[in-house]
Amino acid sequence: MTPPHEPEDEGAYRPRLIRSYTITAGRTATSVDLAMEATLRLQAGAEAPVLSPSAAQVLEVCDRRSVAEVSALTKMPIGVTRVLLGDLIEQGLIRIQATITDKSSTDERLELIERTLRGLRNY
Amino acid sequence: MDFETTKAQRAAASTKIVIAGGFGVGKSTLVGAVSEIDPLRTEALVTNESEGVDDLAAVPTKATTTVAMDFGRLTLAEDLVLYLFGTPGQRRFWFMWDDLCRGAIGAIVLVDVARLDESFSPLDYFESKGIPFIVAVNEFDGVPRYPAEEIAAALALPADVPIISLDARDREQAKGALVKITEYSLMRLRESLTVNAN
Repeated sequence: MTPPHEPEDEGAYRPRLIRSYTITAGRTATSVDLAMEATLRLQAGAEAPVLSPSAAQVLEVCDRRSVAEVSALTKMPIGVTRVLLGDLIEQGLIRIQATITDKSSTDERLELIERTLRGLRNY
Repeated sequence: MDFETTKAQRAAASTKIVIAGGFGVGKSTLVGAVSEIDPLRTEALVTNESEGVDDLAAVPTKATTTVAMDFGRLTLAEDLVLYLFGTPGQRRFWFMWDDLCRGAIGAIVLVDVARLDESFSPLDYFESKGIPFIVAVNEFDGVPRYPAEEIAAALALPADVPIISLDARDREQAKGALVKITEYSLMRLRESLTVNAN
């Protein structure tokens, strides 16, 4: 018995608007907060389960890259990319590296801006 | 050892600066001048009915459009990457700005003196959100140069907002603008500490 509907496979042959909607199974949000500039790292030793082609593509390109870069490189809209990355994080295959958020302390902000300034002056 | 690991993981590994301004003012040029990669483009889906909010709410029956954002990347250290995001120009895409500006160090508003009015909206946005910004006048060849005070007055800029002029095609000048907004953002943050302490 095969399932009556395989969204991932079917989506690939349709215009992107439909594909975008189907590859995330209609989901529009993740439980993980993913800033555009947040960078991803592959988790060492994680065993990859069988992934949809889209999720596999995201996993393939995401190491040391930002959410925005993954979206650009996979040519998937930012919202779709976020959902797929959120799944991979929840599966323990990747982790998100820290960025400054609304919850960051002033010390964390100062530290980041100072490091950025040093880096820019030497860039 | 464990402590070091934890601390390293908590420190931000990436950050961003937003490049705003009217259409054709040179946002992508500036990003391209300093980025270590060819600028990339990411897209968000927008439903025309709601003007966005949720780019995935794009069910096939609804009229949808995409909004594109160009960005570049600068590796500043082994453990720090800076991204530069150009804002989508049109006013109706402003819902994307909140997403782009969340957690940003600050913004550079690029200005073309021949079309000053196009920078009013971005300036209003950053002022109202309390996001640190500087104004960078992009001086194309042959464009008449005005004193910074005149431009600041025409834009009704708050007195402490830095205003610089640059050629957005020039790597060093573009880099100078990034240093300027970062310094200004740092100064603003330190000032806020002083005010709170008093």
